[in-house]
Amino acid sequence: MTLLEVSDLTVRIGETTVVDGVSFTIDGGERVGIIGESGSGKTLTALSIIGLAPDEAQITGSILLDGQELLGRSDRDLAVLRGDRVAMVFQNPLTSLNPVMKIGRQIAEPLRLHRGIGRNDAAAAALELCKRVGLPDPERAVNAYPHQLSGGQRQRVGIAIALACRPALLIADEPTTALDVTVQAEVLALLDALIVDQGTALLFITHDIALISQVARRLLVMRHGAIVERGDVADLIDRPEDPYTAALVTAARRTTLDDTDELVPSAAAGVAQPGREGVVRPGTDPGTAVPPDAHIDAEPGVGPAPREVDRGTAH
Amino acid sequence: MKHVWRSWPGRIGSVIIAGVVLLALLSLVWQPYDPNKITPREKWLPMSGAHWFGTDGGGKDLFTQVLVGSRTTLLVALFSVVIAGVVGLTFGILSAIAPRWLGEAIAHLIDVLIALPTLVLALVLVAALKGSLWTVSLAIGFGSGVILARVVRAEVERVMTNDYMLAADAAGSSTWRTVWRHIVPNIGSTVIVQLSLIAALAVLAEAALSYLGLTPVSTPSWGRMIQGLQQTVTVHPRAIIFPGLAVVLATLGFNLVGDGLRDAIDPRLRGRTADISPAFTSVVVVDDIARGHIAGAGHSAPGDGEGL
Repeated sequence: MTLLEVSDLTVRIGETTVVDGVSFTIDGGERVGIIGESGSGKTLTALSIIGLAPDEAQITGSILLDGQELLGRSDRDLAVLRGDRVAMVFQNPLTSLNPVMKIGRQIAEPLRLHRGIGRNDAAAAALELCKRVGLPDPERAVNAYPHQLSGGQRQRVGIAIALACRPALLIADEPTTALDVTVQAEVLALLDALIVDQGTALLFITHDIALISQVARRLLVMRHGAIVERGDVADLIDRPEDPYTAALVTAARRTTLDDTDELVPSAAAGVAQPGREGVVRPGTDPGTAVPPDAHIDAEPGVGPAPREVDRGTAH
Repeated sequence: MKHVWRSWPGRIGSVIIAGVVLLALLSLVWQPYDPNKITPREKWLPMSGAHWFGTDGGGKDLFTQVLVGSRTTLLVALFSVVIAGVVGLTFGILSAIAPRWLGEAIAHLIDVLIALPTLVLALVLVAALKGSLWTVSLAIGFGSGVILARVVRAEVERVMTNDYMLAADAAGSSTWRTVWRHIVPNIGSTVIVQLSLIAALAVLAEAALSYLGLTPVSTPSWGRMIQGLQQTVTVHPRAIIFPGLAVVLATLGFNLVGDGLRDAIDPRLRGRTADISPAFTSVVVVDDIARGHIAGAGHSAPGDGEGL
């Protein structure tokens, strides 16, 4: 059963084509990952799905959710879906929570918006959600402000907000990038358990191929706004066909442990060993650092000029 | 509100403002003398048990005048703050969230209105309408409101760049709900501080406008007292101290309460204020008043030095 069908999605900002003819589908309950470096268009693809791309972006193509077209719908129409059918977890839990609103009220906000429940029911639901996402001392957490929680706890709050209305599709945009590696593993495990439990489909965006191999079953590799390779995660890691995918895999192996063939996610391996990281080129994410001996058809600055721009907000 | 009490500025300011409010309430039920009754035989009496602050050149009891004048001061401060808040928030938020062309238009309108001095606006309004506390409040409130609007616009634009605004959109929040739940609380501390400064300025401005004779003669006010007493200040310098001190204290009180409120409202600042020594904070606040005075020179200049 197809939940989301994106076909020929193209996003232009001014003269620049940031997302170029991207097509993919997500079935109900399926986990799909998008991997790519900064500016590859992965975040903008995700934002376009729920109509949150910046106003100046011109979007063409088709996005079907439950068989209904989302592109061209008014903001008011889309607001009904956002947070209810499709929800989002953001990269930085330090900035994606309202600093002057208590945690409990923030968690209950989607429920109050979409279910129209009253203040008391909302407070009870918020407490319940706090327990589900494993916040320590939930009775106190609901009355806390974001700055009183740690980064990992804040991301648990972010997950609680996103899953409050039991959405059919959860978009997670680098949800663990801003966290410590040990906390990353916990948050990932929580996300994993909750979406299995709720039967929620997941679109996981990251630049860390080791990380994504833990969460997603199917992988889309994006580069310069287009999908360069797609397939089963294990397959892609074992037999990458595109040189860029191969470079990503090699980079991931190097940043973890040289002697094993196993891909060790940075989250599980703890801190990457000093002195063994791949060479980080200026302008690329450390997670997708390309080793010097990898052969890539379009090296930044060498091959054809990159078509995409790093918009700063597109992380 | 209990958090205001945690910081020294909040504590001192609350006590001062509470004192002024109590004076105003007291004047409703008890006035030792008729504040407007002229008794030539009792002119320029010194401080005594019968006349706590003494009397003025018309034999009117100074304590009663200060007591009744506090009502005027509080009413004007309250009305001005309400009007300034409504004007500032409405124009400021609209100009930031409206479509670009409309927002820019409002912003330019605000800039033009800021160029209009509050004192001139007050004179025009008094000439067109009638010299009353309402007219004076309207002028002070509107004049401060457009300045507040510019601050609000900048603050809203700052808040809108935050990730939690995108997160609110992603949760399906409507525009007005986002304004109410996310924008207003996040600019709240700034607006409150500005409003407390406006309250302090309103006290000064009311005194200045009364001093110029723009308020009705029948309404006793501290500014009117100063105007009357300054004519003979070289002969009877003592009398002018009381209304002058009242104006200074009320202004200081509103400023201090503003500081306390800011610390109380912004949860990120909570608990930190106890570390700041009260002496240091007071110096800063007095400095604020001095700067406010200069900034508001348009409407407070005539009253300058009234408390000195």
